[in-house]
Amino acid sequence: MEKHCTDSRVKGVSTGTTILAAIFDGGVVIGSDSRASMGGEYVSSKTINKVIQVHDRIFCCMAGSLADAQAVIKAAKFHLSFHSVQMESPPQVIAAASVLKDLCYKNKDELQAGFLTAGWDKKNGPQVYVVSLGGMLISQQVTIGGSGSTYIYGYVDAKYKPNMTKEECLQFATNALALAMGRDNVSGGVAHLVVITEKGVEHVVVPGDKLPKFHDE
Amino acid sequence: MALSNIFETPAPGFNFDNTARNAALEGLFDGGKTPKPMKTGTTIAGVVFKDGVVLGADTRATSDEVVADKMCAKIHYIAPNIYCCGAGTAADTEKTTDLLSSNLTIFSLNSGRNPRVVMAVNILQDMLYRYRGQIGANLILGGVDCTGNHLYTVGPYGDVDKVPYLSMGSGDLAALGILEDGFKPDLELEPAKELVRAAIQAGIMNDLGSGNNIDICVITKQGVDYIRPYQESQYKDNRKMKYKYRPGTTPVLTEKVVPLKLEVVQETVQKMETA
Repeated sequence: MEKHCTDSRVKGVSTGTTILAAIFDGGVVIGSDSRASMGGEYVSSKTINKVIQVHDRIFCCMAGSLADAQAVIKAAKFHLSFHSVQMESPPQVIAAASVLKDLCYKNKDELQAGFLTAGWDKKNGPQVYVVSLGGMLISQQVTIGGSGSTYIYGYVDAKYKPNMTKEECLQFATNALALAMGRDNVSGGVAHLVVITEKGVEHVVVPGDKLPKFHDE
Repeated sequence: MALSNIFETPAPGFNFDNTARNAALEGLFDGGKTPKPMKTGTTIAGVVFKDGVVLGADTRATSDEVVADKMCAKIHYIAPNIYCCGAGTAADTEKTTDLLSSNLTIFSLNSGRNPRVVMAVNILQDMLYRYRGQIGANLILGGVDCTGNHLYTVGPYGDVDKVPYLSMGSGDLAALGILEDGFKPDLELEPAKELVRAAIQAGIMNDLGSGNNIDICVITKQGVDYIRPYQESQYKDNRKMKYKYRPGTTPVLTEKVVPLKLEVVQETVQKMETA
């Protein structure tokens, strides 16, 4: 495996990614690309799943080291499920985000993983939280993350409007992911999107060849 | 968790004690020249087909430029319905799969259920993650259980991916080319075996660290067919003559027998309770 690991700061498989989450009127859309890379030159998986369900109406997107992110999410899933049994009710989205934050903050020296948490709960409706590498937790209306996000800050700032419809928001998310995947070498594959509302959860997968094309493609 | 891990119950949460140990070990070797462990320099591959999973591997184990073992077994037994191919450090893959197999056997006896592939994957992931990549095991786990046919890859840092086809080891890129070209969902048994054989063959031909024979393991609901070897190397040489000497080749000139006198000094009796 020496020929694959070069000078990338993340040891082993990295998710080098584009992830995003956005609130619309009545719900939230969370999505990511599907590429896992090693050392910035070898795609170790074209179809890795980075959008993980941690509870019925709460999903997380992972960025950074794949091993660290998977381990943290596993622990978080267990904590949330235990918490929900103790409280005898579904957990709040902030609870999921806090569990991730706690793990990332307390082990910040050894871990290299960041997360987006999005979901719907009865008390506060649709919410999006960001847990960064060092363990900072903040709440936002729309947020992007991963190495590919640098290429779409302009697009997101210009095109995001609060209280969009579900279709508008899905189109916005698909476009943003497509633009990032088009410019970032470590993002690619298919676009995984999940729409979470009070009624339920809907998965939308857009294969690479069905992604929207922009000029010069 | 008490059902499967008998020897070690890991404390809950993350345990990063080994990072301190690793840092100390790195400091011990000046110039950063840590001794290199023996690697298997391998091609392993796996494919999910209509009725199960096919795993394949070459059989060469190298120690730098010398072939240390021409017939090494890289497809390890985990459970009656789960087998695992290992690439990376030979000792690590051997011991990790042995440990996993023991834990799953205990689990089966305690719970009365057959282990599921996803359970094996979770145990491996937990263990490899705890060791932060210091265990150099790149594993392909394949098996058939009540939920279907599964193929997983586990990396040395503890990352897991579920895939329909896969190759690992130093010859992985050569094998992956064949797999990408020939894989289709729901293959029949013979085309699937042929695809894996061709993939390992590509690895053997194009990678110096892989060679000799090809082993194939087919796992289906009906059972396991471990074909070792599936294909023998075409470059096998035959021994030119017999190197064993007949008794009597060397003539005996004189013979002297001296009996040793032994006397009983002490006698102890230990009672064994077999009730």
